[in-house]
Amino acid sequence: MSEGLRQLLGYRAAAAGVVIVALLLATSVYAVVTIPYSEAIRLWRGGEDLWRENPRNARPEWVNAFRRDNLPPTITVDSRAVPYAERTVGVQVREVTFDLPFDYAYSHFPTELAVLFEADYAGQAGPQVELVWKTPDGAEIRLTEIGLRRRDVYRISADPRVQQELGDRPEVALFADPDRPGEVLQGRYALGVRAYLFDPASTVNARLVVYGRVHGLAGTDHLRRDLSLALLWGTPIAMAFGLLAAVGSTVSTMVIAAVGAYYARWVDGLIQRITEVNLILPGLPILIMIATLYSRSIWVILGVVILLGVFSAGIKTYRALFLQIRESPYIEAARAYGAGGLRIVFSYMIPRAVPTLIPSFVTLIPSFVFLEATLAVLGLGDPLLPTWGKVIEDAYRAGALYVGHYYWILQPAALLMVTGLGFTMLGFALDRIFNPRLREL
Amino acid sequence: MATLPRVVTYTLTRGVALFLTTAVGVYLTILVANMGGYVDQIKRSEIREQVGIAVGLNPEYQQLPPDVRQRMIEEMIRVEEQRLGLDRPFLLRSVYFLRDALLLRLGFAERTTSDTGSRLVRNIILDRLPPTLLLFATTQILLFLMAVGFALSLSRRYGSAADRAVVGLAPTSAAPAWFYGIFLILIFAAWLRVLPFGGMVDAPPPENRIAYALSVLRHMLLPAMAMVLSSVFLAIYSWRTFFLIFSSEDYVEVAKAKGLPGRLVERRYILRPTLPTIITNFALGLIGAWTGAIVLETVFNWPGLGRALYQAIGTFDTPVIVGATILYAYLLAITVFVLDIVYAIVDPRVKVGLAAER
Repeated sequence: MSEGLRQLLGYRAAAAGVVIVALLLATSVYAVVTIPYSEAIRLWRGGEDLWRENPRNARPEWVNAFRRDNLPPTITVDSRAVPYAERTVGVQVREVTFDLPFDYAYSHFPTELAVLFEADYAGQAGPQVELVWKTPDGAEIRLTEIGLRRRDVYRISADPRVQQELGDRPEVALFADPDRPGEVLQGRYALGVRAYLFDPASTVNARLVVYGRVHGLAGTDHLRRDLSLALLWGTPIAMAFGLLAAVGSTVSTMVIAAVGAYYARWVDGLIQRITEVNLILPGLPILIMIATLYSRSIWVILGVVILLGVFSAGIKTYRALFLQIRESPYIEAARAYGAGGLRIVFSYMIPRAVPTLIPSFVTLIPSFVFLEATLAVLGLGDPLLPTWGKVIEDAYRAGALYVGHYYWILQPAALLMVTGLGFTMLGFALDRIFNPRLREL
Repeated sequence: MATLPRVVTYTLTRGVALFLTTAVGVYLTILVANMGGYVDQIKRSEIREQVGIAVGLNPEYQQLPPDVRQRMIEEMIRVEEQRLGLDRPFLLRSVYFLRDALLLRLGFAERTTSDTGSRLVRNIILDRLPPTLLLFATTQILLFLMAVGFALSLSRRYGSAADRAVVGLAPTSAAPAWFYGIFLILIFAAWLRVLPFGGMVDAPPPENRIAYALSVLRHMLLPAMAMVLSSVFLAIYSWRTFFLIFSSEDYVEVAKAKGLPGRLVERRYILRPTLPTIITNFALGLIGAWTGAIVLETVFNWPGLGRALYQAIGTFDTPVIVGATILYAYLLAITVFVLDIVYAIVDPRVKVGLAAER
């Protein structure tokens, strides 16, 4: 075994393949351990409410490493971390004021502005809040006045009145340099909050979110979801799908071919006929039909893929191999001492053919990984799970190529490519080791 | 046994077996495409709903007493179901579907229409076939010639830098064509803006014939490139290995020892005995391109058969699905059948009908 491994690592491509496969497996284990299956589904299906503090369509943070001017990340300022001033202004009425300050040293405008409120109050009327925007050059712009509910969001960017007054999109107008329009005035900004509380138990907290242009390791999509979740969780799914489909179809194909070759006559004839029928069936359209008409669950699709793969063209190849093996003397010997048919098939014939199985099995894995992605790109991916193909489909549907959100497609595509290359390089090297005839060439 | 009867018997049995295989395959497709009869139920409830709405909206019927109206609705549903044949059990109907499919009576589509507005499945398929053939046949032929040509020249000097490069690049074929397509769109359409994102011809289509052809050619470039990129290295690699195995045969060594020129050895001693494999590969590649086309056509917005089939599946349009499948099945069966005969012609070692079973 160690001899085989040393031989394998002798090929540079194989060594690279082993490293890639090991990394992918480690990532899969990490993903499944840190984020449980149900949690991954919940997060991925979570919608905007779950992800509301993430920017929309933000690029991954690492793009800043390749730029001279850094793109702004998301800045969040919480009122619990700033000084608080409070005074009584009337019967039962208190006035609370605080500033939410932050430094803005980027030359690109943020993508959105929002304030998230949490208010606690006893009666019917929530706190009344006044918001003022304070720019580094001392200007103060009154934004709005609102009555708060217990959990409230004020999206400055979506307020038509602010937009009308400022004459431009708020996230641009509020950050623009008055002397050089179109450019950002860098410095210390603040959102001034003045709240009127109407009963003694009332409290109010605010979080200012300045949505940036970069976010996290992998960026976000059009629903503000963090793509690193999908890229991370896509790994175990791709691995499981590829491995199970490859194991399921190659092993069953081999067993059936061996049984057919050993028993010959009508058993073999039946197997050959079924295989021919299966070869006539158009595989991808059948899969598409199953996905459209019955179920889009990835596990159902996996089952159908294996089922369609059982009687594949591989049966013919294995059959030829087993027909040769059947005639070898040691099978004759086994029969002479009285071994039963199934015993001969499973303990004498199949082990002999396994070495030829391993390389083709390894090379088969990526084709199934890509099959899952293919179905996803057609819009037939699993509706619940985050997969690489699903991310590509979302990006493609949202016109990422036209709008220029290249990161959105390139990241899952790169992962798919790396997976494909890893397994194929490994498989090719294994092929050369297990089939020495190729090595001589 | 004499040659002629043997060949005739063999051809006949082979033909019958292939036909039966095709029939079973198509029948299975019919079952899947009808969801084992469930599509009939969908249609029945659709009819019920439509009749209900039609009667409910018609003021003439509102005067009628409820039980009369109800009887009338039932009667209309019965007539409509009878018209569509839904009154017979699905198993029986599926046999009729199979008969019609095998006779290539493809019937009418339920939702899809051809470009001219026809509902005949035949017209829809004939409409969509030329773009598919144009793109995929051209590319397949190009790919095949490139692969075999390069492989031959590599097998002559294996171990060279070019040879090692091809071996190293072979794993890139793990990715399907649409995958490379996305990258190509990104580079040439989105970034460099030199080639179109997709479609088959500019909008509006050029009036001039030459301009039209050039426009189609420009639109073909990216999908064709994607297909070539995704399979050319693996194809060269496997052909090269195949040729290498054959060029180490004894009779090739003898030919070389006799001092025959390299080209002659290649043509007569390597290519000739491998011709059946080469032809098989070419023929099956041509047919096989048809299924892979679905995704590539979707990604590139190519108005071909694959995309039509995909849309038909999405709208439960069974006749179109079955129509496309039967064509595919027939093509495959005919190719396999013809290949058997071609083997016998190109390779005198193949003796048709002699018991080859061991």
